[in-house]
Formats: sequence, structure tokens, C-alpha cells
Amino acid sequence: MHPTPRDSEPATPVIEVEDLVAHYGEREILHGVSFSVLRGEIMVVMGGSGSGKSTLLRRLLGLERPTSGSIRLLGREITEMTELELYELSRRIGVAFQGGALFSSMSVGENVMLPLRERTRLDSETMRIMMRLKLEVVNLAGFEDLMPSELSGGMIKRAAFARAIVMDPAILFCDEPSAGLDPVVSSALDELILRLRDALGTTIVVVTHELESAFRIADRITVLDRGEILFVGTVAEVRESQDPRVQDLLNRRFEEEQIDPDAYLARLTGEGARRA
Amino acid sequence: MAAPGPPSPPARVLEGIGRASLRSVSALGDGALLLLDALTWLALGRGRGQAVRASSVFSEMMQIGVRALPIVSLLAATVGVMLSIQGIYQLRRFGAEDQVVIGVAFGMTREFAPLITGILVAGRSGSALAARLATMTISQEVDALRVMGINPVRFLVVPSLLAMALVLPALVIWADLVSLLAAGLYVGSELGMTLQAFLLQTLDLLAPADVMHGVWKSLFFAVLVALIGIVDGAAVTGGAEGVGRVTTNSVVHGITAIVLLDMLFVFATTR
Repeated sequence: MHPTPRDSEPATPVIEVEDLVAHYGEREILHGVSFSVLRGEIMVVMGGSGSGKSTLLRRLLGLERPTSGSIRLLGREITEMTELELYELSRRIGVAFQGGALFSSMSVGENVMLPLRERTRLDSETMRIMMRLKLEVVNLAGFEDLMPSELSGGMIKRAAFARAIVMDPAILFCDEPSAGLDPVVSSALDELILRLRDALGTTIVVVTHELESAFRIADRITVLDRGEILFVGTVAEVRESQDPRVQDLLNRRFEEEQIDPDAYLARLTGEGARRA
Repeated sequence: MAAPGPPSPPARVLEGIGRASLRSVSALGDGALLLLDALTWLALGRGRGQAVRASSVFSEMMQIGVRALPIVSLLAATVGVMLSIQGIYQLRRFGAEDQVVIGVAFGMTREFAPLITGILVAGRSGSALAARLATMTISQEVDALRVMGINPVRFLVVPSLLAMALVLPALVIWADLVSLLAAGLYVGSELGMTLQAFLLQTLDLLAPADVMHGVWKSLFFAVLVALIGIVDGAAVTGGAEGVGRVTTNSVVHGITAIVLLDMLFVFATTR
């Protein structure tokens, strides 16, 4: 477990999810999910496609209402909040979306400043200083005048992080931060997440299907499978879990890692089948 | 008991009509709710700490209005001349060519200027609005706005709606002027009438209500085009193909709605 800046303080939950049920159309996607996230920790919500992690994230962000159950963010029940109450709470929440979700018509700097411009009464010079500071944190200093279309995939994600933390949120949600990135860039983003937690003490929830990234950054991991929580624990506890479904999840990864290039080529060309 | 077989072709046709009708009613409801929401944010946005930004409205006005001036001018002048040619050709049979001014003046101000400007704006800006909304929805930019506590209706819809409602009537007045000027030049060269005489005769014929008939109509067109662009754009599913589909839909829906509303407006106000 990574050391958190608030280890000495009693750990209080900032996210509490209880018995959450969510539907997509007629289909039930989440079947009574419960877990909590403590202040200052990095919680990775992990699961394969179809596990319900995107559905869970959308409910946690208040983008969609659950069918039943409770979600408390920073001690406040969000499932019963009005739109305006949710907007108020959003000042304390940052989100880095999977594809960045930067506004293509705005420069990187304007993107990062947008929450400040729309949600605060700061003067433009202060906003520019804050924007540059956050770009500095994500190693994008000097890129504020570029347009999102001029950035690489990794830079877009970092710019999205800068926008997500510009209001110094108490909770930061990251949706698939490593998706679509090469291992080096992905690893750098993991480092950035750790640095953000250590520097700002932000509680971070990372939704991902990448095991390697999850093991690198997580204080605790919530394993989601077919709409149910399989396991919640530290990285070591997940590795040592005797639950066959958790082991299946880990083994799938190891199987993928152990694919021999020649065997893969043979599989692609069908030679393996012919030999057999 | 035997399982029911596949529906017969007439049943499928009926089912298709039923589904299309339900979609249309649902889209109408979405449009009405969106308009209500937009008006609420326009009125109460400042009190909620989310005022509609004048700079966004001006920027939209530039895009929808000022940048459309050349093409609106070209189309208005062309239709003005075309109407004059047709009018003179038909009236020549009765030896009443000089009465062409009546047809051109009333036709342009009450019907053609608002109609062609509305259709042009639907094709140019309504589709752009649908494409923008669809792209933003797919790339989670709309979600990003919501989680930043920025209401998408206030941030995206109200500036476009307001700009469209302000600019389309202005474009129609411009189209009136350009078309009458072009028609005057043509009629002058064809019938030996001076431009001044044509314009004086036009002013004499037209009452302010005739110009306002077109202007009022265009205000409704503007609201329709903006709402259709937004409702269609927000209904996107899939990726780039979905964006293309909703963009095409918005043009077809926009133009159809304009023509139908035009007929209803004329039916209600002109008989």
C-alpha cells in the first residue's frame, strides 16, 4: 500500500456506496453494489468489459440516477439531489474522462481555465496563473496555446487531468487513464496520479481494466464482475485472494502476458490448427 | 398453441408508421422541454450563478449571421431577378409588365426572403449545430460540462438559440433589401424603368405589416431550426456514422418543418 499523506489521521469515508442497483433500459447492470472510499486513498475499480464499471462511474458522477441504493459523496446523498445541488457539489469533484473530453474549439489553456471561468469570480490574470500552475503539475507547461487536435494521446489525457484538478477537488475520478496509451506513457500517467494524491491529498477513484496499472497505483482495489463486487482489498490481498473468479481475472492477464509471439503468429495464420 | 409467425407486410408497414409517429411526438416533446429549459436558464441563469455569456451569443451571431451574408445576398438577388423574369413573362400576355413590382415586392417580403433564408440557415447552421452537439455528446464533452457543474443548456443551447432568433430576422430584412434591389435593376433594364421609380413604387405598395409578416415568420423558423439541430444532435448514437446521420436528419427535419410552418403561418394570418 502506498503511503498516504494522511496516514496519521483516522480514515473517513468520502465515498459511500450502499446497495446500488442500476438498470440500462430493462436490463439490470448493477445488482446491489456496496463499497466505500477513504479520504486520501487511491481506489481502483477494476473489471472487464461488461462488468458494470462505466455504469457505476456514471452514477457516482451524478450523470445518471440509480434505480435504488445510496451514494454519499463527501457526506452528502447525491441520489436525491436536485440538478442545482449537484452542480454545487461538482465544485469539489474533478473528472478526467477516458478520451480527455477536451473542447476541440478551445485551446488547452482555455480548456483548463473553463471551470474557473464558469464557476468562480476570479480575475483573468489569477485564472491564467492557476491554469499555468496546473499545466506545470502535469508537465504541460508552455502548451497552453495549442489546440487539443495538436496534442498526442498522452498529452490530451494530461491536459484533461489539469482541467480536472484546476478547482483543487476533494475527489478526482479517472476513467480508464491508461486506455489507448503505450506502456511508457501509461506508466507516466500512473506516476502522475500518485503524485497528485501525494501532493494534494486528493481522494482518487480510478476506473480501469488494466491490471498492471491498477497494481501500480492502487491503495485498494474493488473488483467488479457482472455487476457485483467480487472483492475489495489491497493489492496484496487481491493477489492472494482464493476467490476463483478473482483468480480468473488475474490469470487472464498472465495468460495474455505469456503469449509467445511465434504461437500468436501461428494462431493468426492458422498453422497451429493445421499442425494439430 | 402455435407460436405467432412473423408479422405480415401490411402489419410491418403499420408498425413502421406507428414507430415513426411515436418518435416524432417524442422529438416534439423533447424540443418543447428544451425550449422551456433554455428560456428558464436565460431568465434565471444569473441568479443561479450561471449567466448566459454575451460573448458566446456574439460569436454564434457572427457564425450564423455575418458569415452567411454573402450566400444570403447571392440567393436573395437571384430569387429577386428570377421572380422578376417570371413576372414580366406572364404579365406581358396582358400588357401589364409594369405591375411586376406588385408580385416581386409582396412575394419577396412575405414569402421568398424568409423561406430561402430559413432554408439556407437550416442547411448551414442547423446542421452545424447538430454536428457539433453530436460530436460533443460522443466525445463526452457534454458529460464533462455537467460534471464541471456547467449546465449544457445554458452553455451550448441558449447562445445558439438566442443568436439564431436575433440573426435570422435580420438576415431576412437584408434579403428583402438585396432581392428588391436586384429585382429593381433587372426590371429597370428590361422595362426601361429607373431603379428609383421601382423602389418608390415598392415602398408605396408595401405596408410595414408585409415586411413584418416575413420577419415574424423567420423568428419562428429560427427557433425551430435551432431546436431541431440540438434535439437531433443530442440524439446521436454510434460514432462518426451517427454524427453524419443526425446532421443529415437535422437538415431534412429543419427544411420540412420550415415549409410546413410557413404554410400554417400563411394559412392563419393571410386568408
